[in-house]
Amino acid sequence: MALFPLHLIPNNTRIDFMRWRMLTVGFMAVLMLASVGLIATKGFNYALDFTGGTSVELLFEKPADVDAVRDRLEEAGYPGAQVQTMGTATDLMIRLQPKDGGTDAEAINRTADEVLAAASSEDNPATIKGRSYVGPQVGQDLARNGIYAIVFVVLGFLIYIAFRFEWKFAVSAIITTLGDVLIVAGWFSLAGREFDLTLLAGLLTVMGFSINDTIVVFDRVRENFRSMRAEPLEILNTSINQTLSRTIITSVVAFLTVLALYIYGGGSLEGMSEAMMIGIVIGTASSILVACPLLTIGPLKVSKQDLLPKARDEEALARRP
Amino acid sequence: MLEFPRWKYAVILIVVVLSVLYASPNLFQKDPAVQVTKNRAGAVVDEALAERVRSILGEAGVEGARVALEGDQVLVRLPDAGTQTRAADALRPALGEDYTAALNLVPTTPAWLEALGARPMSLGLDLQGGVHFMMQVDQQAALEKRLDSYADAIRAALREARIGYTGAERRADATVAVTLANAGDAARARSEIQQALAGLRAPTALGGGPTVEVDGNRITVRLPEAELNRIATEAIEQNRNVISNRINAIGVAEPVLQRQGEDRLVIQLPGLQDTAEAKRLIGATATLEFRAVTGDEAQAAAALADNSIPAGSRIYYDDAGRPLLLSRRLLVSGDELVNAQPTTDPQTGLPAVSITLNSAAGKRMFDHTLENVGNRLGIVYVERIPTVTMVNGEEVRSSRTVERVISSSTIRGVFGKDFQTTGLSREEATALAKQLKAGALAAPMDFVEESVIGPTLGAQNVARGTKAVVYAFLFTLAFFAIYYRMFGLITCVALLLNLLMVVAVMSLFGATMTLPGFAGLALSIGMSVDANVLINERIREELRAGMPPRTAIATGYDKASGTIFDSNMTALLAGIALYAFGTGPLRGFAVTMVIGILTSVFTAVTVSRGIATLIYGGRRKLKSLAI
Repeated sequence: MALFPLHLIPNNTRIDFMRWRMLTVGFMAVLMLASVGLIATKGFNYALDFTGGTSVELLFEKPADVDAVRDRLEEAGYPGAQVQTMGTATDLMIRLQPKDGGTDAEAINRTADEVLAAASSEDNPATIKGRSYVGPQVGQDLARNGIYAIVFVVLGFLIYIAFRFEWKFAVSAIITTLGDVLIVAGWFSLAGREFDLTLLAGLLTVMGFSINDTIVVFDRVRENFRSMRAEPLEILNTSINQTLSRTIITSVVAFLTVLALYIYGGGSLEGMSEAMMIGIVIGTASSILVACPLLTIGPLKVSKQDLLPKARDEEALARRP
Repeated sequence: MLEFPRWKYAVILIVVVLSVLYASPNLFQKDPAVQVTKNRAGAVVDEALAERVRSILGEAGVEGARVALEGDQVLVRLPDAGTQTRAADALRPALGEDYTAALNLVPTTPAWLEALGARPMSLGLDLQGGVHFMMQVDQQAALEKRLDSYADAIRAALREARIGYTGAERRADATVAVTLANAGDAARARSEIQQALAGLRAPTALGGGPTVEVDGNRITVRLPEAELNRIATEAIEQNRNVISNRINAIGVAEPVLQRQGEDRLVIQLPGLQDTAEAKRLIGATATLEFRAVTGDEAQAAAALADNSIPAGSRIYYDDAGRPLLLSRRLLVSGDELVNAQPTTDPQTGLPAVSITLNSAAGKRMFDHTLENVGNRLGIVYVERIPTVTMVNGEEVRSSRTVERVISSSTIRGVFGKDFQTTGLSREEATALAKQLKAGALAAPMDFVEESVIGPTLGAQNVARGTKAVVYAFLFTLAFFAIYYRMFGLITCVALLLNLLMVVAVMSLFGATMTLPGFAGLALSIGMSVDANVLINERIREELRAGMPPRTAIATGYDKASGTIFDSNMTALLAGIALYAFGTGPLRGFAVTMVIGILTSVFTAVTVSRGIATLIYGGRRKLKSLAI
């Protein structure tokens, strides 16, 4: 076999994805339920954006010992302060609730100064790089807007796909996509990573990516239903195999760009790019293993009639001599 | 067949040229600068001021400053951010109150590019450094204040009509409850109240006025929903005006002041680092004073010249810097003002401002106008700005008062609490009404969010963002060039043009670049390859099916187009949702993503096809494709 054209996926794969459909759909369902359970019991480690509070970003001269800084803050009267590195070990982000609940400029400055004093040590002094304060009301509004955004996207997808394809496709695509987002969210709950606004943006982007992947497969399913004479199961299998190469390549390239973001983008983009990396893997897998199998289950079962030209066209056909 | 019309090549060429042109200003570094402008109408900005700035900087030991007079400002360009701060600190006290020294970043775009409307993207706060505040306006307090004035007017009206009452108070459900001493007076009281309230309502407001319900000896005055909403909205707008005045005075070059949601204002002051100082300036209070004019401009100038200001009078200045003599006796103060609205004088049809005072002030105004028809009445806008100066290492808090005459019109007749100021243009009437409200009616505000981004953090973010985009691009390029060979290179050219187009469009529309914006840029590369992969895979598929190469290219492009459209539409939906419901930097991310998706469809479908046709279209005997 010649070296070129290069192939990540061999031509003319004939993998029988549909044979294991109950297994793959079941596995995804288990993952989804586990995520829901995790989110319900463990919840998220919400960032300042949502909870309100004060955050201080410190720059140390030498790499700082996160645990030691946390201990010193506890001694200074800030138990439960969250300390984490931002990209490099000399760069720390500290999040805490102010001691006396004061929200005026002096209280915030005082808190920042106390944090600086507690975190610095003689052999490794720190400087304040940035600080912020968010009121609790603001956080609530942001959370509400985040939910609105997700609802808007879900409805938009549903309407668009139902209009361009068929309602069974729309429902399957939405279930697949929501499953992906839930699993990514479940991972963040499990890992205890900070849930901030950029992570929310990452989740929405995952939705966009996942639906995009699913649509490409569905587009081929629609085309094949109209041109092939075969059982629905075979048509679905052929469609997945035909688009397999494209699905994998797009995902690899998208993964590479997000990887660049993860490595070079610095601390504040870390959560977002991590969400997208996981989302790309899950989204790719689900568009291959879940989206099409859903089209064979219960009320979502598609038939050739669903995709044939609709009644109006038949009338037009009948009028022909 | 593989064909590509000439006019499409022309379109691509034009797009490429325009993209390069409008993206290029971003390559030019911005110079840190201090911008000196006049703060008062009387001050002059000329070469002498530039010379003075030079000598001040020389004394302060600021090196490398280039001072130039540019239009109505003196611009001091400096080598770095550190010297910029030192220069501003040296200039501010030395130039005094007449001038503002603002920190600024001056683009170094060549003049011919600027003439074409090309300018660099502005950098968000997270890339530039600065302070960010969010303030919440207490609309409830504004509403209560207004209802209190209604209750006050009702009490005055009842007293005047000699109707006995035991109480007229504001209730928690946004009504005013009046209890009459005698239920028999109810009908008369009702009409008196309606009359009294008619004057309080804004003449421009549509819909019904307050409803007055009678139940035995109890009367309930209820404001319609529309009126309540209007009061709440006005409270925000008033505060926005007040803050807008203040941040212009702070001396920041490109301040951002935006309304966010129902009752919040976002303030961004690039270049500043001291939140406490910025908060003090924003938190300054303003009020109004109504004073009798005791001498016109000529008399005031004469009095100033021979230093013979009459006892009981004081010199004030108006917006244009002209002096005016006003009485020392305060006639009406700002907290007695109930409403001010731009309106049209029903008799003459000319623009006017209708002003409503509370009843106590109305009475004083009546007494004053009774004796002063034909004289002038001055309105002074007074701003108290808290200042902190360091004396012997100790902080000394004091406040600086800025007074300015905003109106001095002639009294044409006797009036009480309701009157109109005419003789203004439509714009002047709107501006005066705004100033009157800003001075008197501002609702209380709280800081609900604040953050400081250091300049080093900003620079670091720019470096990180650029690096991420460059590497995202390199990774993609490498993969495509190896995997699809010639078609991979075509894809790379299309991607490069896509990146260029996004930057150009964002610069052209004056969008703001943020750190998430960089992420959006990197991601739009990752997402837009999808279209190219679809096309390339489709071409490979057609080739495998035994099609001749050139037909395969054409069919591949045609068949992939529909799929590309559907998959990009859904991604676009997600981007639009992010923009609609996101705030601040997230919007930057959404904007870049949406623009990236739109341009990627063009580059993937049209541009790459054009190039492929250019390469393969002319070869009659094409045996194989490098794909």
